[in-house]
Amino acid sequence: MSPQPLDTLKGFGVTFKQIFKKPITQQYPEFKRPVYPRFRGRHRLWRHQNGLEKCVGCSLCAAACPADCIRVVAAENTPENRVSPGERYARIYEINMSRCIFCGYCELACPFDAITLGNEYELAEYHRDDQIYTKDMLLAEPIKKVPVADPDLYDTPIPYYETHS
Amino acid sequence: MTEPWWISVIKGAVIINIVLLTFAYTTLIERKAMARMQLRYGPNRAGPYGLLQPIADLIKLVRKESFFPTAAIDLPYILAPVVSAFTALAAFAVIPFGNGWNIWHYHVNGVVADVPISLILVFALGSVGIYGFIVGGWASESKYSLLGSMRTCAQLVSYEVSLALSVLGVVITAGSLSLVQIVHNQAHSLWYVVPQAAGFVIFFIAGVAETSRAPFDLPEAEQELVAGYHTEYSGMRWGLFQMAEYVNMITLSGLAITLFLGGWHFPFAHGLDFLGPLWFVLKLGVLLFLFIWLRTTLPRLRYDQLMSFGWKVLLPAATINALVTALVVVWA
Repeated sequence: MSPQPLDTLKGFGVTFKQIFKKPITQQYPEFKRPVYPRFRGRHRLWRHQNGLEKCVGCSLCAAACPADCIRVVAAENTPENRVSPGERYARIYEINMSRCIFCGYCELACPFDAITLGNEYELAEYHRDDQIYTKDMLLAEPIKKVPVADPDLYDTPIPYYETHS
Repeated sequence: MTEPWWISVIKGAVIINIVLLTFAYTTLIERKAMARMQLRYGPNRAGPYGLLQPIADLIKLVRKESFFPTAAIDLPYILAPVVSAFTALAAFAVIPFGNGWNIWHYHVNGVVADVPISLILVFALGSVGIYGFIVGGWASESKYSLLGSMRTCAQLVSYEVSLALSVLGVVITAGSLSLVQIVHNQAHSLWYVVPQAAGFVIFFIAGVAETSRAPFDLPEAEQELVAGYHTEYSGMRWGLFQMAEYVNMITLSGLAITLFLGGWHFPFAHGLDFLGPLWFVLKLGVLLFLFIWLRTTLPRLRYDQLMSFGWKVLLPAATINALVTALVVVWA
């Protein structure tokens, strides 16, 4: 048998006592652990205060992407149709979420802070084709809000890109 | 007392259904009890407190593709889980769970089949059940399955010897091989767990090894054998092997209760004996919890440690137990 049978029996006592302790599992959909403010989740395209999109279709983000999942097709801004404050705007802007590795290089590469990685991570879909996010999906506010940890504790008080654009 | 054959058939059908229900909910209780001992919840999404989880598992297994390897030998591959499951269930036919009842003007026995040599029948069925594991692993025509089934059957055969010898003490004390008679004798004297404590411990340890439960569960050690003899089985065929394992566990617990723990009797007061099946089920619950507790606490034994324990420690212990019991009974 084991060299210390008494210790083995004490081991049984340890396992038995655990039945009466409260489990430490966090039940997911009812309790979501707060993410940090700079958590790299689903991408978001931003607009200026006056409603123009920040993205000018330079496709530096597509060039920086290691997974090659961003597709940018630019078009000229006409006086009738002015979408962005530059010469061009992104007519087609698609990100393939099934290829994206959420590294944040697109956010670092963008000179206009047009694309940042937000906090949403619940991106499951039933079909692979639904994983290609188009420009209006990326422009929109996320539908489900994810709890975020206290920004004053974990982040700079005012994000850099809001004061230096 | 003999009874009309159709009463036995109805009783058999009821017992099989109850055993299968117990098997299904034993899987749930095992997962929840093991989880609680590991400071987590078990399954709690399927129904309230996970009560519909076994049904979810059943539906999943039935809908799953039971693939059939081309290299597998047809008839033995299909029959192996059937043989294991059948012998595991059939052993329940001779375990007494109550006194006897008079329903209308028929007398209904407390067993499905009152056979004078029921103890030998149970062990014979257990040995035939091992055929299911051997043939299943061999007929799968796969190296992992063959190795797994060879290991499994060596383990099962070695511990079968100690199992049979450990009950020899009970047989000598009771003077009979019939399970009904053994339970009846325990009503008038101490339960056999007291004079035969060593026999009970040996029976339980050998029983844990017989059903390939931890710490003797090398046949299921995924890291070593993929899945042993049931590697090439999936869907409901695999479900049948699992059923055979759990029903073996329930049968061995039932046997331990019958031989050592007084069967369906209440401990000291005999007035409550009419609730026989209830006490049987409660004792069954305690023993099944003991199986689960062992699984959660102890690490797995290595194969050579397992075999040397079976032959060099358990078998001499069982033999000495039988010898000492025989001497005491003859000279006292």
